[in-house]
Amino acid sequence: MSKKNWPLWEIFVRSKNGLEHRHVGSLHAADSEMALENARDVYTRRNEGVSIWVVESINITASNPENNGELFEPAHDKVYRHPTFYDLPDEVKHM
Amino acid sequence: MSEEQIKNLETQFEARIARDEKIEPKDWMPEKYRKTHIRQMSQHAHSEIVGMLPEGNWISRAPSLRRKVALLAKVQDEAGHGLYLYSATETLGISREEMYEQLHSGRAKYSSIFNYPTITWADMGAIGWLVDGAAIINQVPLCNTSYGPYARAMIRVCKEESFHQRQGYEIMIKLANGTPEQKELAQDALNRWWWPSLMMLGPTDAESIHTEQSMKWKLKRKSNDDLRQQFIDQTVPQAELIGLTIPDPDLKWNEESNSYDFGEIDWDEFWQVVKGHGPCNKERMKARIGAWEEGEWVRDAAMAYADKKKERKQKQAV
Repeated sequence: MSKKNWPLWEIFVRSKNGLEHRHVGSLHAADSEMALENARDVYTRRNEGVSIWVVESINITASNPENNGELFEPAHDKVYRHPTFYDLPDEVKHM
Repeated sequence: MSEEQIKNLETQFEARIARDEKIEPKDWMPEKYRKTHIRQMSQHAHSEIVGMLPEGNWISRAPSLRRKVALLAKVQDEAGHGLYLYSATETLGISREEMYEQLHSGRAKYSSIFNYPTITWADMGAIGWLVDGAAIINQVPLCNTSYGPYARAMIRVCKEESFHQRQGYEIMIKLANGTPEQKELAQDALNRWWWPSLMMLGPTDAESIHTEQSMKWKLKRKSNDDLRQQFIDQTVPQAELIGLTIPDPDLKWNEESNSYDFGEIDWDEFWQVVKGHGPCNKERMKARIGAWEEGEWVRDAAMAYADKKKERKQKQAV
C-alpha cells in the first residue's frame, strides 16, 4: 500500500467552442498536470473535447440535498419572475 | 433516527425510483441500496479491468496493423470503462484502494468469462462477437438505472462498446471465409466460447437471489433467462450467416415461442469457475496483484514529486 494515495480530481470537458465545460467524471492523479493528461486519455478518446478543466475534488463545496427545501423552495412561489405572469392585450403579438 | 422514521424515508425513496427520479450521491439512501450498488458497480469495474488480460495476450501478435490498432483501442476502452465505473462507485463512499483490496483478496468477484484462456487469434473474434455481445445485452438496460453516476457511466460505456462487437465479428467473418484451417480456427473458438458466453448472463431465474430487489432499483430490467434468450436469438442467425455451427445439438427454432430452444447449460462448470477453479483464475489474479504491487514505487515517486513541486511553488510565492 502506498503511504499516500493519489488524490481524486473532477474533470470538466468543453465539447466545442461556444459550449460550457461540463462535468464528465473523476479520476486519480498525483498532481494537476497528470490529472489533465489522464483526463485526455480517459474522457476524450473520441474527440469529445477541445478543452479540459481539472479541479481537485476536495476543493468543491456542494450543497446538501437535505437543505433543498430552504435553498430552492422560495423560488417556487415567485411566479412573477416569469413572463407568463403578466397580462398583455391580444393585439400585442411579440414582447 | 427511529425505526419508523427510517421506514418512512425508505418508502419515499422507493417512490422516487418508481417515478423514474434519479438518486444522486449526496441523497439519502437505504444502507442496502448503497451496499448493493457498491457490490455490483465495483464488480462491473473489476470485470472491465481483468477483461483486458485475455485480449492483451494477443496485441503483440495481431495478424495485421489494422487488427492491431483495433484491438489496442478496444483494450484501451476497457481500461477507460473500468475507470468510469470505479470513479462512479467512489461516489458511494468507498475508496479506490478498498476496491482494489477487495479484488486482490478475492472478496470481490469479476465476470467469470475472463477466467478462460485465449489460445488462438480466433479467440479475439469470438470474444468481441460473443462476450461483448452478451455484455451489451446486459449493459444497455443499465443506462436507465436509478443511480445517477452509474447510469451516466453506462451511457458512455454503451456508446463505445458497439465497435467492440463489430471488430470481433469482422475477425470471425474473415476467418470463416478463409482457408479451411482458418475456418477451423473460427469454429473452434465458437465451440469454446459459446457456453461460457451463455453463462455470462447469470444463473437461471430460479437460482438468482438478487433479481427482485434489483428490478425495483432498476439495476435489472429483464431477468437473466430473458436476456439469455435475447442473446441466443440474435446470435444464432449471425453464426449461420458466416457458415459457423453453434455447438449445441439441441438448438432448434421454435415456431410457437418465436425463438430458439437450446440445450442444458452446465451450471456445475459455471459455479466451479465462480468459486475460483476455472482455467485461468489464478493467472488473472496474479497478473492484477503483480501490476499493483510492482507499480507501487511509481505511484509513490509520482506523489513525492508532486509534493516537492508544490513545496517549491509555495517557497517561490513567499
